[in-house]
Amino acid sequence: MLKFIKAMVLTLLFVGFVSPVYSATIKWSMPGDSLTLDPHAQNEGPTHMVSRQVYESLVTRGLDMSIEAQLATSWEATDPETWVFTLRDGVVFSDGKALRASDVEFSINRALSGASDMIELIESITSVKALSPNTVEIKTEGPNPILLNQLSQIFIMSEGWSKKNGCELPQDFNAEEATHCSSNANGTGPFKITLREQDTRTVFERNESWWGDQSQHNIDKIELLPINNDATRVAALLSGDIDFTNFTPAQDIARISGSAGHKVESTPQARTIFFGMDQGSDELRSSNIKGANPLKDKRVRLAMYHALDMDAIKDKVMRGLSEPAGMITFPGVQGYTKELDARLPYDPEKSKQLLAEAGYPDGFEITLDCPNNRYINDEAICVAAVGMLAKIGITVNLDAQPKSIHFKDLQNDLSDFYMLGWGVPTFDSHYVYSFLLTTGGSWNKVGYSDARVDELVGTMLTETNLDKRNANIAEAWAIVQDNMPYLPLHHQVISWGSKSNVDVPIRTNNEPLFRHAMVN
Amino acid sequence: MFIVAFVAFSLFNYVGDPVHNMVGQEASTEKREEIREKLGLNDPVHTQFLRFIGNAVKGEFGLSYQLKRPVSDLIAERLPATLELVFISALIAIVSGVVLGVYTGINRDGFLSNIILILSLFGVSLPTFVIGILFIYLFSVILGILPSFGRGEVVDLGFWNTGFLTLSGIKAIILPSITLSLFQMTYIIRLVRAEMMEILQTDYIKFARARGIEKNAINFKHALKNGLIPVITITGINVGTLIAFSIITETVFQWPGMGFLFINAVHFVDIPIMSAYLIMVAFIFVMINFIVDITYYIIDPRIRIKEEVSSE
Repeated sequence: MLKFIKAMVLTLLFVGFVSPVYSATIKWSMPGDSLTLDPHAQNEGPTHMVSRQVYESLVTRGLDMSIEAQLATSWEATDPETWVFTLRDGVVFSDGKALRASDVEFSINRALSGASDMIELIESITSVKALSPNTVEIKTEGPNPILLNQLSQIFIMSEGWSKKNGCELPQDFNAEEATHCSSNANGTGPFKITLREQDTRTVFERNESWWGDQSQHNIDKIELLPINNDATRVAALLSGDIDFTNFTPAQDIARISGSAGHKVESTPQARTIFFGMDQGSDELRSSNIKGANPLKDKRVRLAMYHALDMDAIKDKVMRGLSEPAGMITFPGVQGYTKELDARLPYDPEKSKQLLAEAGYPDGFEITLDCPNNRYINDEAICVAAVGMLAKIGITVNLDAQPKSIHFKDLQNDLSDFYMLGWGVPTFDSHYVYSFLLTTGGSWNKVGYSDARVDELVGTMLTETNLDKRNANIAEAWAIVQDNMPYLPLHHQVISWGSKSNVDVPIRTNNEPLFRHAMVN
Repeated sequence: MFIVAFVAFSLFNYVGDPVHNMVGQEASTEKREEIREKLGLNDPVHTQFLRFIGNAVKGEFGLSYQLKRPVSDLIAERLPATLELVFISALIAIVSGVVLGVYTGINRDGFLSNIILILSLFGVSLPTFVIGILFIYLFSVILGILPSFGRGEVVDLGFWNTGFLTLSGIKAIILPSITLSLFQMTYIIRLVRAEMMEILQTDYIKFARARGIEKNAINFKHALKNGLIPVITITGINVGTLIAFSIITETVFQWPGMGFLFINAVHFVDIPIMSAYLIMVAFIFVMINFIVDITYYIIDPRIRIKEEVSSE
């Protein structure tokens, strides 16, 4: 009898281990849905997450976020402003048509026209031309050392399919009807969309004619089931209604990993949170100090820096899920170094001393503007910071508002002191500088202006000698770190929760690649 | 309704800037300005309002900023989900509310009555989202018998998509509809109970008892019928409230209805959806009040008699 049981157990184990791995469905949830399947109409996180499973780009970012070949197999710069891409053989769209160079020409031009949301990203491109059925030439305005980074965000569509269905252009805001391309997809990627009910259910099925290695994943079907409410999403994961979510609320991580059959993975996210301080205005809008702007004084900015105990915020507010930061960009971005990212010590005594030296021994009053639905625990971080700054005599009035109001106020230059987070899709410092640190940059709401930095940012865009370019980036960071126009807080940490048998490799940009996923 | 539309519209100026959500962080100031101009957001409020009313009269609510689809399509897609949810909740609330109300009204100090009343206190005082989460936790996570979110499989009948025709659809509606009905149910219990207690003291009931009419006939035929008039008024108004409350329930249960659409629209500052939704809810309220008035006429003979008298 014992023998029999043993044999049974062994058989079961054996069957369990070698059980066929070719039929797996994964139920995926996130708080929102893709806004549109039109891959050029919205430059937005969840929208790209969905498009990425279906559409592909010339080059892409792999699991470790480095650039790798996708639809192009090789590329070379024939002169500093001209690139030639050779396309992969045997790539077909899910409607059966083969990929041709004219599709690439069409797609990039589409992404550059009309109501496309991708224009700003690739505006340095001046022309795209199909040289032969499998080579494409792209010309840029001046040398562009980060062209590949930018192209990794531009999905390639079929020219014939788009024209046939009347969506040659990305959908316009004034259009009367939804276009065919906003609710259907025809890509070259590992999956195709077979059912689309916006905000409810989207079904992806394995694209059997995908050119890539089918054995690197065993997913036959993905069901995307968006759930907005954090608690409901966690409950759905625990009850088995979903298999995987790339948005796991920090407060529930212990619960999920403590439950049998579930696991949570975390990684620092490609986003840094910081405070901006208006040092350009002659007088602050919300302060009791009139006729002068205390934030113009570097000693005041440093005093505020030394007063923020980011380790305490990490423990108490972020439940361990943050990496205190010393610079406003994160590991993996060209120009980031560990040395620059080391925080100055928490030292309220030094803060008081610096404030006294700057002529504000009794501190001053200021309003901190904070979003309450944009970053992880955004409002709670601000509340903690208010308490910490009060200890050195700075009275901070907190104004926490929804993101749609917060960012509107920032755009209208209405804030003295505010929270902002910055992700870098190109993984290059230029993206940080051109928006946040050049004179007049569109998100430079701190009024920072440094002639040398402006000059260096100019060279970042044109210098093709990488060593020289890196030296320029390093010099720019040295200047910025010395002046501290922003107060770095922390790098966000993201967590993915799933059933134990589901393996989706975690990525710092929070984008799952189901072509690398396994269900065991 | 016109006033609701105007007030709602004026408020939209304070909810934030849709353009920020529509374009990426890379967008230049010029592009933002261009989009604002295109959408007519730079026009004065009254111009925007008149344009909106002009279109609304024609049944056009514009294109959603977020989803880039006609708002009327979006609402038509979501309306069945909300109405089914509200219908089932109202049914649960009225049936169980009246039954339990009568029971507690008759057996005033019974043990079971006290339990029901104590439980009904929870229904009144616990917020909907807490009840929803508790239900999900109990029935989905611990017991694993009901789905935690969504609407299950729906069958598309062309003009209406229904969850009533599939097992998963029926299972899916149980938790959200009970959650939504709980507040109304407890309300109705207490109201019916109070009415019953009052009516049971009146002379005609005493006479009926004296005449030896069967107890059940007295309770249900004579007492309850007279007690129902205020209940109908309140219930009528409350069906409107159910639609409003469904915003919360729909968010908790990821129920793909109108309230859910509205909440997403508020986050995104999707003005076309927000204004269309508010107009619709105002319209539904007006309709319900109209229906309630007609129901009085049917139930309460005095109103009919008065009319006949005055028309002579």
